[in-house]
Amino acid sequence: MKKTLPILFFSALLLLFVFSPVFAQSAGPTPSDDEVNAVAKQLFCPVCENTPLDVCPTQACAQWRDLIRLKLTEGWTEDQIKQYFVDQYGARVLSAPPLEGFSWFIYIIPPIFLAAGVYIVFRAFRAMRKPVNAAVQETPVQTPSDDYLRRVEEELKQRK
Amino acid sequence: MLADFGYGVLVVTFLVSLFAILAAILGQAKKSQKWVESSRLAMLLTFPLTTLISLTLIYLLVTNDYNIAFVYEVTSRAMPTYLKVTALWGGQAGSLLFWSWLLSAFMTAVTLRKWDRDREFLPWVVLVASVTLAFFLALNVFYENPFTRFWQTFSGVQPATFRPAGAMPFTPADGNGLNPLLRHPGMIIHPPMLYLGFVSFVIPFAFAIAALVTGRTDDRWIRITRRWTLWAWLFLSLGLVLGGRWAYDVLGWGGYWGWDPVEIAAFMPWLAGTAFLHSVMMQEKRGLLKHWNMILIILTYALVIFGTFLTRSGVLSSVHSFAQSAIGPAFFIFIGVTFVVSIALLLWRWPSLKSESQMTSMLSREALFLLNNLLFMGILVICFWGVIFPLISELVTGAKVTVGPPFYERATGPLFAALVFLMGVAPLSAWGHSTLKTLGKAIFKPLLAAFLVMVAVVIYFFVNPRLVNEYLPYALIGLFVTISTGFVTLYEFWRASQARARAQNENVFLALWWLAGRNRRRYGGYTIHLGVVLMAMGIIGIEMFQTETQGTIAKDETMSLAGYTMTFKELQDFDLNDASGQPMQNVARAVVEVYKDGKMLGELYPRRDYFYDAQQPMTIPGVRSTLQDDFYVLLVDWQPISSVGATFKIYHNPLVNWLWFGSFIFILGTFIAAWPDQDPELAPVRARKNSPAAYLTGD
Repeated sequence: MKKTLPILFFSALLLLFVFSPVFAQSAGPTPSDDEVNAVAKQLFCPVCENTPLDVCPTQACAQWRDLIRLKLTEGWTEDQIKQYFVDQYGARVLSAPPLEGFSWFIYIIPPIFLAAGVYIVFRAFRAMRKPVNAAVQETPVQTPSDDYLRRVEEELKQRK
Repeated sequence: MLADFGYGVLVVTFLVSLFAILAAILGQAKKSQKWVESSRLAMLLTFPLTTLISLTLIYLLVTNDYNIAFVYEVTSRAMPTYLKVTALWGGQAGSLLFWSWLLSAFMTAVTLRKWDRDREFLPWVVLVASVTLAFFLALNVFYENPFTRFWQTFSGVQPATFRPAGAMPFTPADGNGLNPLLRHPGMIIHPPMLYLGFVSFVIPFAFAIAALVTGRTDDRWIRITRRWTLWAWLFLSLGLVLGGRWAYDVLGWGGYWGWDPVEIAAFMPWLAGTAFLHSVMMQEKRGLLKHWNMILIILTYALVIFGTFLTRSGVLSSVHSFAQSAIGPAFFIFIGVTFVVSIALLLWRWPSLKSESQMTSMLSREALFLLNNLLFMGILVICFWGVIFPLISELVTGAKVTVGPPFYERATGPLFAALVFLMGVAPLSAWGHSTLKTLGKAIFKPLLAAFLVMVAVVIYFFVNPRLVNEYLPYALIGLFVTISTGFVTLYEFWRASQARARAQNENVFLALWWLAGRNRRRYGGYTIHLGVVLMAMGIIGIEMFQTETQGTIAKDETMSLAGYTMTFKELQDFDLNDASGQPMQNVARAVVEVYKDGKMLGELYPRRDYFYDAQQPMTIPGVRSTLQDDFYVLLVDWQPISSVGATFKIYHNPLVNWLWFGSFIFILGTFIAAWPDQDPELAPVRARKNSPAAYLTGD
């Protein structure tokens, strides 16, 4: 009996170890629609142009969502599911290109252009001259006097 | 046969536009006013001719002539007459014709203006506008004939312009019907507005090219086209807003903007046009950036054609479908040729486009406008690159990629925030020179008010912790920038109207009315800024605080989201018939009750319509709208036989109605700015920039 208990214990542990993933995959709780949509909204169907999977009304996309639900039930993580779809259909199913290979250019080019623009504006600023009579041109933030307003109105009347 | 008549007039119109081009060139080459006048009259003639073509096609659409392939593709007997009319722009061939019709209308309006002071521009304006018109008419004549007919041949039914040997006309009993998504009121108005925006930008471009060719590179061309540009911008803005509203009402994903390439195609000319609208002021007031303004209008025109190319060539589906499409390469060549010629002209005139003065302060209004242009161009580059990258990737690697909302939102978000910030600061700075001290003095009070509001906002989030999410820090920064800009703009209105009210001893509102009337451009601009502020608040609300849930519930069961509770009461399933009693569409409509804090707010009717003719569904949400939020319910799925349960998707969209309200203010502001002055030809702006009136009128 002394030997039986440890054997039973370890057998039970082994069984648990061996079958636990299967158990988790086959008997996990059914994921809610929200859990499915949380993954689906990060994916795009290759057939329905530019429509995220969570809102695409086609039958094909409904089947994809069912597949996501199945994978979640089997215990797959979000990243694993995304990778599964990438393996099956290519990187176009992702909502943004992955940071690898040629796709690096999508992330590099805009900052280069922006930096070039900043440099051009910076050069324009550096080439500035001091104002000849700054005081005269600062009027827009001054409070106009009554006399000043009278002149304004006179000018406005002339412009009618 | 009416179709032959329509095609005949189409060919004649194409020839007339070619004649206008030829006459303009001859008039210039021979220095002959007769030829120039002849080109003007030819351009004038294109409008009645394109009107005749369009009315012919509309007649065929309305009378169900399914012998015409285009009529068959976009209409059906079950469609109401008004939808048959709007089906004109529901398909490729018709929308290209509609483009030409609108362009010829604008060209006619240009020919009718007084040319006394700008006679030298006339032949070149006619030339540029007619080249554009001829190109679009050529697409209809050679590739996308809207009058193509069905013919019964030995090998089957085939569409052709001319009767194949031994063929008989073939007329299907009914048509395909318009895509259900295009039957929404927003979609009926959205394309014409967008097209109006597109075609009206051709006019300032034509004047810019005329200025380059004639060497009259002062700001005359800008002053002539100022209002054209504003109207173009107004139409384009209206088109974009209506498109957003249509997406919100019909596409069934709870949003208004999905960074779809087709949306971006329309957004890019708007970005370039907005930069242009700001930049031209620097040339008008200070004689600066003449090169840049030319570049911007050339870019805007190129993007208008590029936008049409993107949506019409099939290139967005795949580069291969572009190569197979008949009009894709034609568009590509046209964009390339017009862009290269325009840039060549610009380089030729480069020396004569030197600035008349120099910037003198980093805080001057022109310096801030320069930054504004940098930001607009930054957003434009991101959009352009994001749209064409999948095509380049497909060409280079053979594999397509998707560039979706996450890329655009992360890349453009900070730039938009900086733009809103600049929008607040720039109106306070002076042309020529400003200092930190003067700016600080002007901005202090609005900033203080914004700070106090933000304290209240933070307290609101503190007492409502369920609203807190990972975006909150960004949202708070965005709200602070937006609210500050709003207060600055309101303060500007207040300061000027107060000064006038005191001086004239009149009501503040009356004073504001007079001031706005005297300088529509300035106060129209401020109103536009206010609209943008409201829109930005709506965007922050929906983009950063939108929540959603989806679930399947039986009758009398409930779903909850963001404090709202929804009870499913009933599912109705019925057909809608046309006038002849034939079933037109099937409607599955859920009846749900919405409660908040135990109080019933009302019933909503989310539905899914299935159109028998087009064999396509359309999802129409049930929406409860308040200024605070939208409770937006979609019917995703249901059990039609037992009607025991249905799947709903619910979105809670905070502040989204500020976006629509802001859009209305935005459009109103553009109307104010674009409305013609009583006498727009008064003294040059720069001559009176230092006058006292400049302060209150903003010149």
